[in-house]
Amino acid sequence: MWAMERLEHDIAVVGGGAAGLRAAIEAASIGEGLSVAVISKVYPMRSHTVSAEGGAAAVLREYDSFDLHAMDTVKGSDYLADQDAVEVFVRECPREIIQLEHWGCPWSREPDGRIAVRAFGGMSVKRTCFAADKTGFHLLHTLFQHSMKYPNIIRYDEWFVTSLITEDGRVKGLTALDMRTGELAFISAAAVVIATGGAGRLYRFTTNAAIKTGDGMALANRAGAPLKDMEFIQFHPTALPGTGILITEAARGEGGYLINNRGERFLKRYVPEKMELGPRDILSRAIITEIREGRGFEGPYGSYVLLDLRHLGKEVIERRLPFVRELATHYIGIDPVHEPIPVRPAVHYTMGGIHTDIDGQTPVAGLYACGEAACVSVNGANRLGSNSLSECLVFGRRAGAAAARYALHHKEKKATSNPVAQYWRAEEERVYSYLRRERSEQRVSGIRRQLQDLMEDHVGIFRSEEGLMRASSEIRKLRDALHGAAVDDKSRVFNTELTAALELDFMLTVAEAVVQSALARRESRGAHYRVDYPKRDDEHFLHHQLSYYTPEGPRLESLGVSITRWQPAERRY
Amino acid sequence: MGTVRIRVKRYQPEGGAKSYYQEYEVPYTRGMVVLDALNYIKDNLDGSLTYRWSCRMGICGSCGALVNGVPRLTCATFLSSLRQPVTVEPLNNFPVIKDLVVNIDDFMEKLVRIQPWIVRERERPIEEGEYRQTPEEMERYHQFSLCINCGLCYAACPVYAADKGFIGPAAAALGYRYYLDSRDEGGSRRLEILTEGAGAYDCTFVGECSAVCPKGVDPALALQRIKLESAMNILSGLLPRRVVGRPK
Repeated sequence: MWAMERLEHDIAVVGGGAAGLRAAIEAASIGEGLSVAVISKVYPMRSHTVSAEGGAAAVLREYDSFDLHAMDTVKGSDYLADQDAVEVFVRECPREIIQLEHWGCPWSREPDGRIAVRAFGGMSVKRTCFAADKTGFHLLHTLFQHSMKYPNIIRYDEWFVTSLITEDGRVKGLTALDMRTGELAFISAAAVVIATGGAGRLYRFTTNAAIKTGDGMALANRAGAPLKDMEFIQFHPTALPGTGILITEAARGEGGYLINNRGERFLKRYVPEKMELGPRDILSRAIITEIREGRGFEGPYGSYVLLDLRHLGKEVIERRLPFVRELATHYIGIDPVHEPIPVRPAVHYTMGGIHTDIDGQTPVAGLYACGEAACVSVNGANRLGSNSLSECLVFGRRAGAAAARYALHHKEKKATSNPVAQYWRAEEERVYSYLRRERSEQRVSGIRRQLQDLMEDHVGIFRSEEGLMRASSEIRKLRDALHGAAVDDKSRVFNTELTAALELDFMLTVAEAVVQSALARRESRGAHYRVDYPKRDDEHFLHHQLSYYTPEGPRLESLGVSITRWQPAERRY
Repeated sequence: MGTVRIRVKRYQPEGGAKSYYQEYEVPYTRGMVVLDALNYIKDNLDGSLTYRWSCRMGICGSCGALVNGVPRLTCATFLSSLRQPVTVEPLNNFPVIKDLVVNIDDFMEKLVRIQPWIVRERERPIEEGEYRQTPEEMERYHQFSLCINCGLCYAACPVYAADKGFIGPAAAALGYRYYLDSRDEGGSRRLEILTEGAGAYDCTFVGECSAVCPKGVDPALALQRIKLESAMNILSGLLPRRVVGRPK
């Protein structure tokens, strides 16, 4: 009795942001006969790429070099990035910037018509291409509109992927909920590309949109692929207090200052050379330290420091940072032309993710990943601003190409049988269990809030063994609570309370990986800071941590770091 | 701390075919937007309340709704500016799927119809670098590239209300954006696409689209310019010895 609808494609891309769309476009171009599904729980133009503001880095200028971009990236990563991957990455960024330009992306320009570049955190020279301060918005819309040209890209908008299906260690496809009908379907595919972004919503205070719940990381993890470097969560130094709305690093790239309550540019005591353009991990710790030591400001939404743009002048702000001005004015009534903006660090980016090689391939045959959901690793323990959009394009393309080659090779051998009846029955049971249960002790929203508070309080910028152990045991209890929970909304059509419960399930899986990895890394490196182990320890911890899913909790393994040209050194800015 | 009364139009396809209004009381804190109230209701009072949202910063376009009768982004509309009870309804002119979630298939189809991609006879190889485009050339089309596809303009447009075949403001503005892009070679064919059928000429210049647009795109301007350029294009085609097309 096969009641689930079955849909067939060669490749299924999960996630419709920059990485997912780039992968889909590449796969569809390489294999005109290939059928490429793009499955997203939101319409692609809603993907979180859209909120990215600052820019995409690439070596475009004579004064720049691949070696310099690579070195900046490796140093920025606190020497945890895989240098062979970084060398490939920096060499492909320029072609991606030009490719997007050919496709219509409105990169900001120099007077002579060339693509302009600006300064950015941790970058030795100006190499960040930008589209005003809405780079992600323009990039995403360019990719989305360009993808509409391909008849072999078939979109499943507002379909929520619930599980990946594997057989004999190979991917076979996935199950997904059509939000409009509430029915589960089986999408058969030889290759699956995960491009679902990061997991910022694990935390209470984040720049991230609602949809950043780590779905794809959990999906892949449960399908047998390890996650990597999950302990490294980036806090962006400058978010608006209260909402967590992002104020782009470009504001500092254009010359903005960070000021404490004594009116001083306090970063001179932390990163005297780079100042406001130091790397994000150091800046976020610096801001919190200033606040803890009484040199911050107090407001209705907590403590903050000031980002002062007044000296840039109205003309520069309107031309280079119009969105920053719009956001500050609209959401907190502050016009940065006349007043400094209150800012504080917020969770922003997940350096860790699904372990892949430089072609986006995971250890599970047919399963690929790219973008923030993946960890190659190019970003190591800390990502430099403007490397992420470039990474989405470079590895989106590589993963799409690799998936296409795999799918072409396996075209004859596609699954003709349906997954074991027990599998789909179990999945159906699991998904609809939230509707079938009569009542629960806690609301799903309450459990989610508790998770976010735990992560914020114990797995934040400054961590300790005690806090992490507390988080670990509490999260296990939340998992049990969720599995006995019911939702108010018992209907099938467009049930966003059900998808919230499914997302929370994914979030808990990802959270456990983050906490266990953080516990095991008894050193401080990049964004991971242990107050009980405040120094970097290359002798014992110069390695990645892989996190495998087991029902009892994550199982960790070490993986070496590729070091080609840049020996780990003291990291000073 | 006071409370705010929120009145939401509900509709569940599985619960009988009629829509109804439900009122909730939400604790008010300074700086709250309509979306915050919806989230409070869903998280604490009624988990079945259904609406779209994502970025909460006015850039993803998910959260369009009628707020006290006006198409707004719920994430960008402050409760303090609204008369109570704050009435929230699904956007006009789109079929309702559930509560505040509307079916935007028609909108998506129109985006594709206007061919929103760079058209060129021959693509330059990547190795030869970018097409040069000066800041002045970009200025010509840039505002029309700022559309976040929120659909408020379709909800506000009386022509679209009467005729769902009408191309509509956002699609027209997007088509015009590519027409004006110095890198594009779509030329007069784009104007044809934008004016054929229930195209730009069906616009009666009411201007409500631009009034509700949260991003300053000014689709009404795009529509009038399309009409003008299309008319000039046709005229110049009728004149002898006149080379049609845009200088490159």
